[in-house]
Amino acid sequence: MVWHADSEIPDVDLIVLPGGFAYGDYLRSGAMAALSNAMRDVIDKAQKGVTVLGICNGFQVLTESRLLPGALMRNAGLKFTCRGVGLEVTETQSVFTRKYDSGQRVTFPVANGEGNYTADDETLDRLEGEGRVVFRYAAGENPNGSARNIAGILNEKRNVLGLMPHPERVCDPLLGGTDGRAMFESLLEGLG
Amino acid sequence: MKARVFVTLKNGVLDPQGKAIGHALNGLGFGEVGEVRQGKVIDLELAETSAEAARSRIKEMCEKLLANTVIEKYEIDLRN
Repeated sequence: MVWHADSEIPDVDLIVLPGGFAYGDYLRSGAMAALSNAMRDVIDKAQKGVTVLGICNGFQVLTESRLLPGALMRNAGLKFTCRGVGLEVTETQSVFTRKYDSGQRVTFPVANGEGNYTADDETLDRLEGEGRVVFRYAAGENPNGSARNIAGILNEKRNVLGLMPHPERVCDPLLGGTDGRAMFESLLEGLG
Repeated sequence: MKARVFVTLKNGVLDPQGKAIGHALNGLGFGEVGEVRQGKVIDLELAETSAEAARSRIKEMCEKLLANTVIEKYEIDLRN
């Protein structure tokens, strides 16, 4: 665990930016956290190719720090949404999703008020064209108005993934589901 | 020197909060209200006397923190 004030991230194979709230989500979700001491080294390491996973608030921090394109806005329904949503794994050529089947339907919980993914059309076309949309909300399941049903995206080098739903909350039967487990198995296999 | 920064969503970016405010105003009988866009006002006090220098510094603040230029635009209003 690294404290936000720490200026150096230890030498690790995977950096995870978890969900939650940081700095009270003041100004914009993730805006302050993106400028924290710890993030400077995260950005540096991400640019050098270290694998980075940002979940929920972590995804917001990754877009605010420009490691991922686009932005996460207020949910279209203006409500904090906390429930399981159906997703489709749309890209398996990544260190995060290699153990999933292409097109596999999974259910991950979402728990956010600002998960509405937005980017200009050119960026969205590019993300789709380059196979960087990794998770999409299944038809009729989009909980927040995200553009083109996008739930998770990769950076250009494919070592940084950000997603709004929570795979870590469904990786053991005790938690009520195991659909997220394959992401961590993918990472173990790919980075091991 | 004092400055007021207006941060608003870029044209074309959907504003669900503005839309909800618009619906509420219509519901209150303000039927003349069409589109509503919501934004933020940030007041700054600066230890700076040159307007030109202040404007350029605030622009930098907007680009680095105050606005997310992926979805937002900003206007700077300098006051004495």
